[in-house]
Amino acid sequence: MSAAFLQVRGLAKRFAPGAAPVFDNVSFALERGEFVCVIGHSGCGKTTILNILAGLDAASGGEVIMDGREVAGPSLDRGVVFQGHALMPWLTVRRNIAFAVKSRWPDWGREKIDAHCQKYIDLVRLTGNEDKKPSALSGGMKQRVGIARAFAIQPKMLLLDEPFGALDALTRGAIQEELTAICAETRQTVFMITHDVDEAILLADKILLMTNGPRARIAEIVVNTLPRARTRHDVHHHPHYYRIRNHLVDFLVHRSKLLQAGEAEAASNDDGPRVVMPGLDAAEEAAEPRAPLLKQVK
Amino acid sequence: MGTRAKSAVLSALIALVLALAWHIGTLPKGPQAAGVDPEYAKLMGLDKPKGDGLPTLAEVGATAWKQVSDPFYDAGSNDKGIGIQLAYSLGRVGLGFVLAALVAIPLGFVIGLSPVAHGALNPFIQVLKPISPLAWMPLALYTIKDSTTSSIFVIFICSIWPMLINTAHGVASVRRDWLNVARTLEAGTVRTAFQVILPAAAPTILTGMRISMGIAWLVIVAAEMLVGNLGVGYFVWNEWNNLSLSNVIFAIALIGVVGMLLDLAFGWAQRAVTYAE
Repeated sequence: MSAAFLQVRGLAKRFAPGAAPVFDNVSFALERGEFVCVIGHSGCGKTTILNILAGLDAASGGEVIMDGREVAGPSLDRGVVFQGHALMPWLTVRRNIAFAVKSRWPDWGREKIDAHCQKYIDLVRLTGNEDKKPSALSGGMKQRVGIARAFAIQPKMLLLDEPFGALDALTRGAIQEELTAICAETRQTVFMITHDVDEAILLADKILLMTNGPRARIAEIVVNTLPRARTRHDVHHHPHYYRIRNHLVDFLVHRSKLLQAGEAEAASNDDGPRVVMPGLDAAEEAAEPRAPLLKQVK
Repeated sequence: MGTRAKSAVLSALIALVLALAWHIGTLPKGPQAAGVDPEYAKLMGLDKPKGDGLPTLAEVGATAWKQVSDPFYDAGSNDKGIGIQLAYSLGRVGLGFVLAALVAIPLGFVIGLSPVAHGALNPFIQVLKPISPLAWMPLALYTIKDSTTSSIFVIFICSIWPMLINTAHGVASVRRDWLNVARTLEAGTVRTAFQVILPAAAPTILTGMRISMGIAWLVIVAAEMLVGNLGVGYFVWNEWNNLSLSNVIFAIALIGVVGMLLDLAFGWAQRAVTYAE
């Protein structure tokens, strides 16, 4: 645990003093190069946790330690991809990324900055769109610029807040694959919020499941046992896929509510959430009546 | 025919009708001597056609041509070309406006960024804003003791409010996301102010500047009528004293055209900083 790259211990947030906390006793750890997704219903404080990790918001309790140092305020060590892309509409694609690069390396000359930007524009396959304003780009392209901007500063960790929430399914699929490729290439540590169960299974090494708020917490850490180098086309053929998927859907539909109500179980895992590997659990498939049903529907 | 062409034709038609109405309205009336002793009529000049004093279109046209063809003549303190008068007015407006911008935009930033400053300064702004700028004139004349500086002060005080309020509003409503981007990139205060907040609020600030300039141009005419010596406002009043109504009409038209050009310039600047989201 002490060797973990990112350690979050006992994080809590209440928006008014004395009010019930949105989340409470949130603890988890990330290893370097790990891709972690958080799933939970709206209002459980996922974005707040991400903002605390980013340093944009202050926790009411607990601590975040990254790479041996406590997180206190925003830093170039953590790149953020915002929910609504957050590109500056008066700047071109290149200048949007250059703003970030200039922040990271203030001494660089214009040519060096432009060359660096170009590398990341090419990486997200936006070559040829460098001089367009964000208003001239589609939603998917804007989000790619946001990703390029976050990657371009070469942060130690990347924080993504539902980056593909507003995109159509096809665009989302294409960018998910690009993101997988870029992460595999750069061995980037990623913390990502999503609502999409399939997205989490495709991208994540670990999936944190949060109970409903208020007093939300991380109920389980689901280890994604699917082998790496997954693609959208064949990931669902793997025997682990539906076991994990059913486990996640079941959590979102039933157990997130039950766990919120059941305080007894909350007390039992004060020392950190339960780690489960539903992918390896062959018994679950037999015991789970919903699994074959889902397959039939499909 | 496109909408634009239709509008242009209609505009030309309206101008023609107005010009015609003016022309007919100011035509000299026939001899007014009906029922008057002819000898008396001759004595009083009532036997000849006579206008009612309002200049005809042709007279105003001739005056305009005379003024425009020699705009910079200087024949003493009460007789200068319209170009010189206009230059003085524009100079005063420009100076007062720039001074107001130098105060209003930084102050607007502070008010926009700090709710405390907003709360503290808002009562003053609300009380000072509705005061007619000319009401300051006696106080300005007494304290500054210089009519030109006083009129610059009046322009300053009237242009400051729209710029201040719009800057504060624009700065306060910069999208949280952009500020968060700047924060996560550890952009400093100065860099954030100039490269994020300023361009984000620029359209709103420019709107304020455009309103200010419109008000300043309205106020300068009145201010110059009051303080005299130079400028288009003084020119209008001076020509009224000379009973040269064709010069007055020419000056009125000129004030309108210059005001429109100023507004067009700010409209253009506004478009230049506006961004599509």
